[in-house]
Amino acid sequence: MPNSALSAASLDLLICHSCGQLSRVAPGIHEAACARCGTHLHIRKPNSISRTWAFLIAAIIAYIPANVLPVMETGSLFGSQSDTIMSGVIYLWTSGSWPLALLIFFASITVPALKIISLMYLCLSVQFRSNWRPKDRARLYRVVEFVGRWSMLDIFVVAILVALVQFSALATIRPGLGVLAFATVVVLTMFAAQTFEPRLIWDNLDKKHA
Amino acid sequence: MPETPRPPDLPELPEAVAVPKSRRSLQLVWIIPIVAALVGGWLAVKTILEKGPTITITFKTAEGLEAGKTKIKFKEVEVGMVKSVTFSKDLKSVIATADLVKEAEPYIVEDTKFWVVRPRISGGTVSGLGTLFGGSYIGVDIGKSDKKRRDFVGLEEPPVIPTDVPGRQFILHAETLGSLDAGVPVFFRRLQVGQIVSYSLDKDGNGVTLKIFINAPYDQYVNPATRFWNASGVDITLDASGIKVNTEGLVSIAIGGIAFQTLAIDAAMPPAEANTEFELFRDRTEALKHKESVYTDFVAVFHESVRGLAPGAPVDFFGITIGEVTAIKTQFDPAKMEFSIPVLFRIYPERITSRYLKGAHGGRIIAPAEAKKFWQAMTDRGLRAQLRTGNFVTGQLYVALDFFPNAPKVKIDFTEQPIPVPTIPSGLQELQKTINVLAEKLTKIASDLQKVPFGEIAGDVRETMKSANKVMKRLDEEVTPQARDALIDLRKSLDSANQVLSERAPLQQDARQAMREFARAAEALRVLADYLERHPEALIRGKQEDKK
Repeated sequence: MPNSALSAASLDLLICHSCGQLSRVAPGIHEAACARCGTHLHIRKPNSISRTWAFLIAAIIAYIPANVLPVMETGSLFGSQSDTIMSGVIYLWTSGSWPLALLIFFASITVPALKIISLMYLCLSVQFRSNWRPKDRARLYRVVEFVGRWSMLDIFVVAILVALVQFSALATIRPGLGVLAFATVVVLTMFAAQTFEPRLIWDNLDKKHA
Repeated sequence: MPETPRPPDLPELPEAVAVPKSRRSLQLVWIIPIVAALVGGWLAVKTILEKGPTITITFKTAEGLEAGKTKIKFKEVEVGMVKSVTFSKDLKSVIATADLVKEAEPYIVEDTKFWVVRPRISGGTVSGLGTLFGGSYIGVDIGKSDKKRRDFVGLEEPPVIPTDVPGRQFILHAETLGSLDAGVPVFFRRLQVGQIVSYSLDKDGNGVTLKIFINAPYDQYVNPATRFWNASGVDITLDASGIKVNTEGLVSIAIGGIAFQTLAIDAAMPPAEANTEFELFRDRTEALKHKESVYTDFVAVFHESVRGLAPGAPVDFFGITIGEVTAIKTQFDPAKMEFSIPVLFRIYPERITSRYLKGAHGGRIIAPAEAKKFWQAMTDRGLRAQLRTGNFVTGQLYVALDFFPNAPKVKIDFTEQPIPVPTIPSGLQELQKTINVLAEKLTKIASDLQKVPFGEIAGDVRETMKSANKVMKRLDEEVTPQARDALIDLRKSLDSANQVLSERAPLQQDARQAMREFARAAEALRVLADYLERHPEALIRGKQEDKK
């Protein structure tokens, strides 16, 4: 297991993301500009952990209204009805559409929650300089980043229904405030995943060895 | 693991340009969670502030109630939602817990009513058809109380009259409910002006109390003297005055109804207060009967059958109903070993008012002292009570007060209460008596006849007949020839007289001629008189010749 490896940082080298120029930097300096194109250079993403935390906390806050507020208001000839994500899942489950219910349950409730928990764990493990199974943690990060784009499933469904079902008096579907909150959760977790610096997982390892 | 090889020195690498580190203590990225927290907090506060009261409503069944689906609507506007439906602890009812909107808070008071709106047909109307498709909902009728309340007992039937409808509620007491029901219409001059709100059996079980609601502006026609009666169906009465059919209209025939009316003399009274209590009469006739407050009770003891007489039967005085029979009793006098029927009746002295006479000749007979004198005087004049047949088909009887000057004198005992009025047997009974007397007399005659010695009489008669026969024979033999001669003579003289009087007889001819002459003379005389009238001078000058 390559616990300790030669890293660009340990050699005080920086690469420019824009022009690919490899530059040398004085030890101790974390921020610089590319000598060739002037792009902002950094050894590690600046303030990665605190930024990730900021996005995560915002996501957690948004997660509550996303599940409590209705995501869809269905109005028909015989009265109107508003559904939250959970009530929709329960409705699908009781009406027998188990696969669909499970799909929505995972995509809309479990996945955002797991994403937030995973990122929280990653942040904490980095902050407490954990050396526990760095490879698995790196894999976890890749999964979180990958899954992010699929979490918008609910939003798409609501968006399509709202656009399609508009028969004025007979039946209308309107998006609820919950959808906005849910979309916020998804976007914020995606940002959180992006601002997280996975290289920090390995840095601790290097420092210990060093 | 091998020791990490040192990388080759790369002297040609350019030095990155150092950037002065920005020393911001708070990073901009933290604005995001702060904004999120603010928005979330605002949402939470808003939700808490907007949260209305939670109430529980107890129903007998949960028919049509669904947690999370059944809405609470006031005037068809959604004001809440049923959150859960559970059993009560004793399993006798269901408890629906509902969240209401914030705006409803001040109206959820003591007398607010809840009921489940379902399709129903009652009182001739169909309601709640919309719930056939949209599902049942809970209806609300907002109360007027100031006291707050959070646990309610749902009504099984929707309230007939919502609280905010203008009008007044009145209370009626009836003997029986009849065919009435909540929602049954109330009529005023055949116009539907209200409805029965509810009914309940009195606690003592002796009657029924009905609550009715009269819509404005018709409630002003109800005053404390208004009479209410049950106008259900067809009211057919058969009494001493014949057959009467009364109905308030087709609706009341089908589903029943209550009608009311105020007598013209009471019309000036102010409208009745809400919740005034009234009596519900059985029918119109009874309701509109003049309610006299002044009356005198009497008793008339009859010694004959009162079949056909009933309480309520009229007491008639010269064809005017001045009272009514209140009760019929039986009486046995052990001393005399005699049965009798005391009939209690009531007379309304106000009905015998001398309207057009004033002073000593007018007024009413109501003062008790005066009344005694009056009744004794009347009795002395022969005032008696008598049973008479009012309707020969049905055999209805009524009590008639009439004067029988030949009736034996009676002294009224005013110490007795009610005052006894002497009676006289009815006409029919008198007739029966007369017939009985007649029959007795006939029987007597018959028995007298039987005592006559018909045998002797027959012998005498025969002898008499014989002697008579002899007389006849003699007459035949002696008198007849002479009589014949006399007759012949008479005929001869008559014949001659006939000849003298015949037309051709000379006497006749002469007489006729004489008459004719006389007529001519009279004519001449008239001509002369005529002429003299025109020419009076002719008396002196003589008649002038006609000019040619």
